[in-house]
Amino acid sequence: MSTPILEVRNLRKYFYTNRGTVHAVDDVSFSVEKGHTLGIVGESGCGKSTVGRTILRLLQPTGGEVFFNGENITQLSKARLRERRKDMQMIFQDPSASLDPRMTVGQIIGEPLLINNLVRRGAEYEKAIRKLMSTVGLAQRWYNTYPHQLDGGRRQRIGIARALAVEPKLIICDEPVSALDVSIQAQILNLLMDLQEEMGLTCIFITHDLSVVHHFSDEIAVMYLGRLVEKAPSEELFENPIHPYTKALLSAIPIPETAEKNQRIILEGEVTSPIDPPAECRFKKRCYEKTDACENGEPELTEVVPGHFVACHRCQYM
Amino acid sequence: MNGSNEYILEIKNLTVNYDTEYGLVRAVNGINIVMREQEALGLVGETGAGKTTTALASLRMVPEAVGKVEGQILVGGKNIMEMSDRELENMRGKNISMIFQDPMTALNPVLTIGRQIAESIQIHEHVDKKTAMERAKDMLEIVGIHRDRAQDYPHQLSGGMKQRVVIAIALACHTQILIADEPTTALDVTIQAQVLELIKEYRNKYKTAMLMITHDLGIVAEVCDKVAVMYAGNIVEYGTLDEVFNHTLHPYTEGLFSSLPNIKNRTKRLNPIPGAMPDPSKLPEGCVFAPRCAYATQACFQTDQENRFITDTHMVRCSRYQESGFKINRGNTK
Repeated sequence: MSTPILEVRNLRKYFYTNRGTVHAVDDVSFSVEKGHTLGIVGESGCGKSTVGRTILRLLQPTGGEVFFNGENITQLSKARLRERRKDMQMIFQDPSASLDPRMTVGQIIGEPLLINNLVRRGAEYEKAIRKLMSTVGLAQRWYNTYPHQLDGGRRQRIGIARALAVEPKLIICDEPVSALDVSIQAQILNLLMDLQEEMGLTCIFITHDLSVVHHFSDEIAVMYLGRLVEKAPSEELFENPIHPYTKALLSAIPIPETAEKNQRIILEGEVTSPIDPPAECRFKKRCYEKTDACENGEPELTEVVPGHFVACHRCQYM
Repeated sequence: MNGSNEYILEIKNLTVNYDTEYGLVRAVNGINIVMREQEALGLVGETGAGKTTTALASLRMVPEAVGKVEGQILVGGKNIMEMSDRELENMRGKNISMIFQDPMTALNPVLTIGRQIAESIQIHEHVDKKTAMERAKDMLEIVGIHRDRAQDYPHQLSGGMKQRVVIAIALACHTQILIADEPTTALDVTIQAQVLELIKEYRNKYKTAMLMITHDLGIVAEVCDKVAVMYAGNIVEYGTLDEVFNHTLHPYTEGLFSSLPNIKNRTKRLNPIPGAMPDPSKLPEGCVFAPRCAYATQACFQTDQENRFITDTHMVRCSRYQESGFKINRGNTK
């Protein structure tokens, strides 16, 4: 087995508020091998974006460690971190909010080149930008336009070109297609997959859309209220989900076919608050398979089938 | 009245233009929709197709200062374009009501949720405040919120609960026609499943007709019996769920289906529609979809399209069907 390019160990991120401590990410561990894609799925507020941001240290982790190519990056100084970030880039969800409205397309894509002293301003700089534009399928005529003049799909292409400018090894995509219409979404997904293949990129793909993550990922991790509840290879997770939450999530996807419908699991009960959660399974209140054992602390992620990890009290006695 | 009593909603040749500083935006270009009692019609399309404008026009809520609405909208045989303000107020919420997309902005932040539901009941049923509030609390229970929470303000509720309140308002007076504009787009999948289930149950119980506006073909398959596909202000395909999904005719509908990642069959590449939707202030001549269409011929760029009925219920707006034997790929492989 090759060594993973990214390893996350016991990552925690807490936010301290007037009402208590929000456990946004609580003891999350996983690793990603070079060239592979890990999909992180979950609903709003489950901490999936916070995981992405904490890995890149856009947010300082409360605890735990992140190793990139064997190097612990959680304690790196600012200067060292900037250098490391060349290898790790992010594509953001909302292409209109993550692009500076006062910069032209060329300037946005070129900025990381200048910051990292990869090229100097001049003919070579422009050439590099134009090359990136054609890589992501942006017509050259947009070089001097501003993001607001372009539609959502083209804006997201700018975001991708900017992330690729520094030739990263790892890309974290945080809901890169959620703001786009289906026909445009498919264009961007194809582009991301082609680029990944050509450049041998490693990806973390964060999304709430299960059909997208299924299409894109080698392995999928399901998050619920700050914790990983299940992790398995893509096909395995969809064919053989074990955690009650994953089962409910998969059954809730509306399928665009007129044929027979899956039996739907409708969740009831309230969502546990992520503020100072009690020491029990966080899904307990909504779980349709709960037993008394579910109150005995938070379940650990355990390997149930080779490569298939589940955090559920019921599995530990299986 | 107009001899069309079998339809509870009839939209005839609806055109909506917005006069903006960028020029005339042609949002809806002469569409026709009919709905019978109990029917659920899915209006599908991408951003800018004109779905929401159609919904707003059905309630005569297109802002009059900028929007120019032409055509007829008959609710129970009466043309709402000719109604007085008084008649309009009586109709809205009673004959036809709407669930808005974003529950965060559809509710009034300074009124309790109970008051907001009771308001519609008071107006339409002419009951006193107290009775209206009791009825509002009953409605809350129907949508699965405890009646004690009637005193809560919207910010005290989660997103899913807010959307239930919006639904409770729309359903409070047992409306005949429910227009749901992307009612679950702002919600998580597990919450979406709850809300769709709620809408389905309610429809079964009260036989409400529904116009479901969505971009999600999965939701259409789930709740609708008829489908209208909109593109750049036109309905390009219209038929029963089975016809549109299993005997697809229009190249755009085909493109929508092949853009979706298939959860049962994981193929490496998707088949997106090339290009993007045209700017509605600069619609191309001829067929509006021709620039993105794999089947377009020279003629498609010049001739205006006509609605063509392939069966009694299945309409397509594509001139290629003039040629005998013309078929799109999706139809062939099925």
